[in-house]
Amino acid sequence: MLTAIKERTNVELPFQTTSVFQPETILAVKNLEIFYGEKRAVNGISLDIEKNTVTALIGPSGCGKSTFLRSINRMNDLIPGAKAIGEIIYEDLNILSEDINVVALRKEIGMVFQKPNPFPKSIYENITHGLKFAGIKKKSKLDEIVEESLRKAALWDEVKDRLHKSALSLSGGQQQRLCIARTIAMKPTVILLDEPSSALDPISNAKVEDLIVDLKKEYSIIIVTHNMQQASRISDKTAFFLSGDLIEYDSTETIFTNPSVKKTEEYISGRFG
Amino acid sequence: MKRMNTRSNFDNNLKHLKEMLLKMAGISEQAIKDAMLALLNQDLELANRVINGDNAIDDLEQEIHEKALMLIATESPVARDLRRINVALKVSSEVERMGDMAVNIAKSVVHIGEEKYIKEIVDIPQMMEAALEMVTDSITAFYTEDITIAQKCAEKDDAVDNMFGNLVHELMTYIPQNPNSMNQIIQLSFICRFIERIADHSTNIAENVIYQETGKRLNLNK
Repeated sequence: MLTAIKERTNVELPFQTTSVFQPETILAVKNLEIFYGEKRAVNGISLDIEKNTVTALIGPSGCGKSTFLRSINRMNDLIPGAKAIGEIIYEDLNILSEDINVVALRKEIGMVFQKPNPFPKSIYENITHGLKFAGIKKKSKLDEIVEESLRKAALWDEVKDRLHKSALSLSGGQQQRLCIARTIAMKPTVILLDEPSSALDPISNAKVEDLIVDLKKEYSIIIVTHNMQQASRISDKTAFFLSGDLIEYDSTETIFTNPSVKKTEEYISGRFG
Repeated sequence: MKRMNTRSNFDNNLKHLKEMLLKMAGISEQAIKDAMLALLNQDLELANRVINGDNAIDDLEQEIHEKALMLIATESPVARDLRRINVALKVSSEVERMGDMAVNIAKSVVHIGEEKYIKEIVDIPQMMEAALEMVTDSITAFYTEDITIAQKCAEKDDAVDNMFGNLVHELMTYIPQNPNSMNQIIQLSFICRFIERIADHSTNIAENVIYQETGKRLNLNK
């Protein structure tokens, strides 16, 4: 009997197993330092971002959270004088290496910004623009991805009858969900959100929040937010940044009910910042 | 230089909530003392005053609950702030129950009426003194947010429980010789039970203070 069990445990499974207790890491950040010229904005932080979770980055203005977020898909490259040292490991590659194909990286790690920024084109073209750039030309395929992306972004029902109208005719909340759909269309694995609903009214904000929670089933999401309630509502993990340091990184429940660092508690309860 | 507090309005409201509770605890404590005096002096008028005075405690509890809910709704408290409000709600309920115990004692005094006591009332006031000390400790711990006082308060509960056991046992021994005083013996046993409950409510308050300050739930009421 014992031999039988032993033999059974030695069988190689036809699929990869992941432990219930060990969440899978999608991004491993190690000793990351980011400089703007001489000024150091991020002081050597290390953390693991888990797969299929919403990770919130919180902290007062100038704490380095957006700088950190932008380094994940190399958006900081566009800022003159910005330099990152350390490692961000994604699929065994260091994102910060010079030989990384940044265009391909940004396809895998998409980003949505604070202010909705649809192209001044039709709703349909907003989604297909990047796809055409990536070589997808077939109309039926494009139609399929447009519908799929808009459905995932919970926008399809609202726009399906006016796909060829200007994206600028949409409301702010709809524009932001269109930007999310545009990101999803590229089939990313990670979505970076930089205060995605700070410019939205409460109803649109609620829709974007519901969408984020829904999207984590398929994507890993990292969100920068100044809204503490938003962080507590939608994220699974929260990282608190202060003056370029990572002060505390824990489950959102712990951060918002019983944080271990006094500074974290003072910040989340609005005592400074 | 004193650091600017960004939520002074919220802090003032939290302080006010605590002061409302302190006021409520003061009234409950007085009701317990009055009930005990009524027992000692067989003062039925005072007993009735305790019974009729409970509305004030209930009204204060309502006020505290409304204020706490208003703060949750408007201030979105988190972490210790949230625990403070949660604990204020819990403590107000414990204090309200203490007030009810005072009323129960007063009602037992009324039930005994003017019937001569079968023995001198000595041990019950001693037990009450121990319980009242716990009440004071628990409320002080709550007001000063001091877990050392809270722990000391909870440690005293065993002594009150022992007094309760001994007193009831002793009261039972009076039954054979005093078959006509059954009502009095039962009411005095009830009173011991009510005092023991007051001590338990104090322990619950102490547990809540520890939870408020540490985020950890302990069961001290064993």
